[in-house]
Amino acid sequence: MLCIGLEGTAHTLGIGVIDSDGKIYANIRSEYVPKSGGIHPREAAQHHGVVLATKLQEALEKSSLTFKDIELIAFSRGPGLGPCLRVTATAARALALLLDIPLVGVNHCVAHIELGRLVTGFKDPLVVYVSGGNTIVSAYEAGKYRVFGETLDIALGNMLDTFARAAGMPHPGGPKIEKLAKNDSAEFISLPYSVKGMDLSFSGLLTAAVNTLKKGVQLEDLCFSLQEVSFAMLTEVTERALAHTEKPEVLLTGGVAANKRLQEMLQIISHEHDALFGAVSQDLAGDNGVMIGWTGLIQFIQGDILDIESSQILPKWGLSAFEFTRT
Amino acid sequence: MLLAKGAEAHLYKEAWYSKEIIRKQRVKKDYRVIELDKTLRVTRTVREANLLRNAKRAGVPTPIVYEIDKHETSLIMEFIEGRRLKEVLDTIDPEKRKVISRQIGILIGRLHKHNLIHGDLTTSNMILTETGKIYLIDFGLGYNSTSVEDKAVDLHLLKRALESTHYKFVEEIFREIIKGYREEASSVLTKEVHDRMKSIRKRGRYLRMSGGG
Repeated sequence: MLCIGLEGTAHTLGIGVIDSDGKIYANIRSEYVPKSGGIHPREAAQHHGVVLATKLQEALEKSSLTFKDIELIAFSRGPGLGPCLRVTATAARALALLLDIPLVGVNHCVAHIELGRLVTGFKDPLVVYVSGGNTIVSAYEAGKYRVFGETLDIALGNMLDTFARAAGMPHPGGPKIEKLAKNDSAEFISLPYSVKGMDLSFSGLLTAAVNTLKKGVQLEDLCFSLQEVSFAMLTEVTERALAHTEKPEVLLTGGVAANKRLQEMLQIISHEHDALFGAVSQDLAGDNGVMIGWTGLIQFIQGDILDIESSQILPKWGLSAFEFTRT
Repeated sequence: MLLAKGAEAHLYKEAWYSKEIIRKQRVKKDYRVIELDKTLRVTRTVREANLLRNAKRAGVPTPIVYEIDKHETSLIMEFIEGRRLKEVLDTIDPEKRKVISRQIGILIGRLHKHNLIHGDLTTSNMILTETGKIYLIDFGLGYNSTSVEDKAVDLHLLKRALESTHYKFVEEIFREIIKGYREEASSVLTKEVHDRMKSIRKRGRYLRMSGGG
């Protein structure tokens, strides 16, 4: 069975074509990059609306398929920015009606995890999902992904991006911070470390880092220290969740999953707890349509189909709010 | 004898001047840089000892600290004989569960009344003795604070922990905890903390998450 997945929760408009055996036909992504500052929801939505039709065509061409081959439409129903979600939801409804095929609404966070499981082959991992919008340590238990630890304020990726902007680095900031931090002679600058129980807080760290930057320290040292402190916080929480859940695998996904230093830290604790470690490759770890398509197929098989009338978007749809039987 | 290997520290049960004691050894973590690792271990060791003493002073049963070793980042403390609440709370009879939950609330109320934040309230960190006394252990993430927000986060985290470990009885347990809390802390503080806790839940990322990059 062939499915088109439409992703549009934030920066990225993603169109994925995948079948029920997990074969990926196309993974087309178009990212909205703000001229200055952070993401502007309306401008991001406009971007998605403008490029959607051509990207959809591109995805079909890449797959060597036509609309006639498609049997299912899945879209990112939430959580995310309302204006962006509405664009992809509208496109998904139109396609479902036009092609007369079923429509499935997918939880963005669940989709990241389910695609991660597909590409790593992990059966029951402890999941570390880190992006510009989310920082979550989670595992599946009794019908849903339970959240063991998460950020109490901003996401780790958001913290890195905002710091990068303050330091004058162009978008995307994360990889540039990583590059600057990778310096053997970098000196560690003390920054606030904030773990509250199983949860994390990054806003104080961000403020402190920006203030330290203004004092005129070496940017390399600061990037190094910022990564060390924030990743150590996340790793500490992950290790505790791992000790608690005793899961056999650790899965890293989301936009920040590409960071080699974060991978290294999580690899160390996974090894200590006899768990396998896997990071999702960059093209499938960031927001994409393939993950939506794949999770849509899982839901369709379980009979979770949406009527157009009740297919409204869910901007605040939490990871744990979605219950399903995982296979 | 190695008793437990936590994520942060190893617990050893040993003899110390002919006493049975627990040695809590904070272990070096290879994933973090040496400077950060050492700072975290030393500050947490000293802070934990202070909090254990201050909680005891406030009337909350905690193990007695016999020795603090900054160099080794270890604490030597009293061994508490009993069972972790995590293991008993789901299986005991409902009336007893109520009494225990209420008692937990009283102890937390007492901590908060004295501006002590535990920082990691879970039923793994509560020991029930034969005589029915509850000890709070592991103040490793605790701190001092007068703020309503910090106290509310403390309770919020407990509720989160209950939701993942005792999800069958979480509402009942938590209701009793709040009752006990109110018995001990003033009704003003209880209301402030409980209200703030609800608003924290609302602002919680799991309800409000935005997708993204």
